[in-house]
Amino acid sequence: MSKPKFAMYWAASCGGCEISVLNIHEKILDVDAAFDIVFWPVAMDAKYKDVEAMEDGDITLCLFNGGMRNDENEHMAKLMRQKSKILVAFGSCACEGCIPGLANFSSLGEMVDTAFTTLTTDNPTNLRPQPSFTMPEGELHIPTLNPFLKTLDQVVDVDYYMPGCPPESNQIAAVVDLVIAALNGKAELPPKGATIGAGNSTVCDECPRKRNVKSIKEFNRIQMIHADPELCLLEQGIPCNGPATRSGCNARCPIAGAQCIGCYGPAEGVVDYGARLVSAFASVIDSEKPDEIDKILDGLVDPAGQFYRFNLAGSLLRASKAAQTNTAAQKG
Amino acid sequence: MQRITIDPITRLEGHGKIEIFLNDEGNVANTYFQIPELRGFERFCIGRPVEEMPLLTNRICGVCPEAHHMAAAKAVDAVYHVDPPAPAKKLRELLYSAFYCTDHTTHFYALGGPDFIMGPDAPVAERNILGVIHKVGLEVGGKVIQMRKYGHTVVEIIGGRKVHPCTSIPGGLTKGITEEQRKQIEEMGRFAIEFAQFSLKAFNDIVLGNKQYVDLILGDIYTHHTYYMGLVDENNKVNFYDGKVRVVDPDGKEFVKYAPKDYADNIAEHVEPWTYLKFPYLKKVGWKGLVDGKDSGIYMATPLSRLNASDGMATPLAQAEYEKFYKTLGGKPVHQRLAIHWARLVELLYAAERWMELATDPEITSPNFHTIPTEKPTEGVGIVEAPRGTLTHHYWTDERGVVTKVNLIVGTTNNYAPITMSIKKAADSLIKKGKVNEGLLNMVEMAFRAYDPCFGCATHSLPGQMPLEITIHAADGERVDVLKQYC
Repeated sequence: MSKPKFAMYWAASCGGCEISVLNIHEKILDVDAAFDIVFWPVAMDAKYKDVEAMEDGDITLCLFNGGMRNDENEHMAKLMRQKSKILVAFGSCACEGCIPGLANFSSLGEMVDTAFTTLTTDNPTNLRPQPSFTMPEGELHIPTLNPFLKTLDQVVDVDYYMPGCPPESNQIAAVVDLVIAALNGKAELPPKGATIGAGNSTVCDECPRKRNVKSIKEFNRIQMIHADPELCLLEQGIPCNGPATRSGCNARCPIAGAQCIGCYGPAEGVVDYGARLVSAFASVIDSEKPDEIDKILDGLVDPAGQFYRFNLAGSLLRASKAAQTNTAAQKG
Repeated sequence: MQRITIDPITRLEGHGKIEIFLNDEGNVANTYFQIPELRGFERFCIGRPVEEMPLLTNRICGVCPEAHHMAAAKAVDAVYHVDPPAPAKKLRELLYSAFYCTDHTTHFYALGGPDFIMGPDAPVAERNILGVIHKVGLEVGGKVIQMRKYGHTVVEIIGGRKVHPCTSIPGGLTKGITEEQRKQIEEMGRFAIEFAQFSLKAFNDIVLGNKQYVDLILGDIYTHHTYYMGLVDENNKVNFYDGKVRVVDPDGKEFVKYAPKDYADNIAEHVEPWTYLKFPYLKKVGWKGLVDGKDSGIYMATPLSRLNASDGMATPLAQAEYEKFYKTLGGKPVHQRLAIHWARLVELLYAAERWMELATDPEITSPNFHTIPTEKPTEGVGIVEAPRGTLTHHYWTDERGVVTKVNLIVGTTNNYAPITMSIKKAADSLIKKGKVNEGLLNMVEMAFRAYDPCFGCATHSLPGQMPLEITIHAADGERVDVLKQYC
């Protein structure tokens, strides 16, 4: 019997997900033993046309990372969905938009204008890249940018979600083990739509920092204090996203003295990440006077970014009105 | 008019495309190298607290996030006008040196090196890391894995994470290292030096010992007489983390040496409507199109450029290799692009030596790793040498330290024009009267790999072989021929 087929693809992404997979080291050999790796551009010769030629559902497991920034990304998402039995939204970009999803706060026109009018840009005739442009020798094409960045499940049906920026290597190894066991009839796959390769609680639950249930009188920027290495960062006034963020990373950033920035996405059962974080922050504020509360809240200089840093594109908000109405941004 | 489309099948698919147009005689009329991606970091970083920039800009590239983290760290120091304490700067540079060892190792053994070690005439099936292992010895595979693992371990110890480090903040770091960690780093550093020496020896035995290979470097068809850029210390020695940007002209004479804050007086970026990437050039020379020579502002920023733009290496073993490099290749500057691979190994040895110097520095375990900023944040520039070229981050903030404007000139972007020129030169010499030499695939691939381009982390494919497919279309769009090369 032939081995089940494995694929991994990257859309609009940074490549960190691939590096994290490569960092599972010898586990890669287990993947290689259990699967026929048919498509993985970073690690092997990827025969794109071979994928197109496959029968639908021929690929057993596809890890798909990256967001949907242009029409070509969407084309690849649809192709991989069609050819894969199990399609996993792999990493923060595919699951919830990640940092590039912050672009959804502005319109596509603003995004392109900014990139082509920077301090060092020499652009006397105010050019913008065009999806199709005629040069003396012929017509040239580049993909058309989407008005705003979409998550994978906003374009195709997704079977599982594996969060993290990037997903931690030990979590990837555990998922590989689970899928191999399930294929051998020794384990059951979780129900469709489940989050895999992560915990069911919050980063705070994994964080070794001491909590004294102490309230704060002000928020502190991390560079403005010498933070105590043992105490909860939020109790020191540093806006740490641990209370709303899904566990699974072993609280890597707080252990290294840096606040959690939320890369593992909303904790289990959290409908709106930002709302959960607002309530967590509100609960540590030590004041009942509206004026004083206002003053304390002024210490959060970027609430929108703070509360939707990684998951704006996948949140209930998705994109600003400007982004959603700007459909003709690439004209002229 | 005939049209040839080169669509690399790996990462560059969707992230890079080459169009070659032939004239009526069937010779090359023009070539276009298009980058079809834009994620908009310069826009969406606006409004964010500036201390988040080392975390946000990591996500530009997951292969070299350390470079963005460090350029951002230096830019946010500058925004707050704060000078981090010496131990913090040393720890950052230690992390960065270990990262360089990992990155250069990956490139040499898996990506670019096979062209050299196996020779470009070797069968395609052998020109990959497995071929290298067979030729250099089986134990080399284990050493390569060990080197990469050690580099990542140091990044994790100092930076908190293996991918996307999180510890740099305005004024220094969020943490230091313990004596126990230092010892571990020192031990791994010793291995790194041995590994770099081993790599240079392998290069020496296999490549330099073979006249045919030396001729290949010297006779390289990717020779372009351009300007060269690199970061140097106060003695004009190569430095990856700090210093001034020095540019030498095609004759090797210093053209300019500028402090990071003055980059905009020296660099500008040309725009074309058919690609999402801009073409940087030397502002004081000017944009003259995709041509080389002293009158054209095109410059290169790679390991070779850094050696050309400097007066040497700051560590003894690497300095000896630097001298040998220029003695063998006939003096400075070296214009042959294939020499980038050798230059990369000289840098690998420097990075390993610097790693050891810093790991044994008496203040490296000091708890004095952060200075609290006291001045109002305004504007700041941070420059480091990314493995693939000089990396510039420039941020402006309001008085609360919230970002109001961002400018980024990313490592590989510096080389967009030179890579395009190399592609055109390869096409010109291999397409005559409508006949496409099969060597075109190989030559285009080698052009890419020498520069180690990272267009959104492009072409970081491990087999060291970029599968390509060239489709030749006649003027009516009918497909005439297809050339394929897979691993």
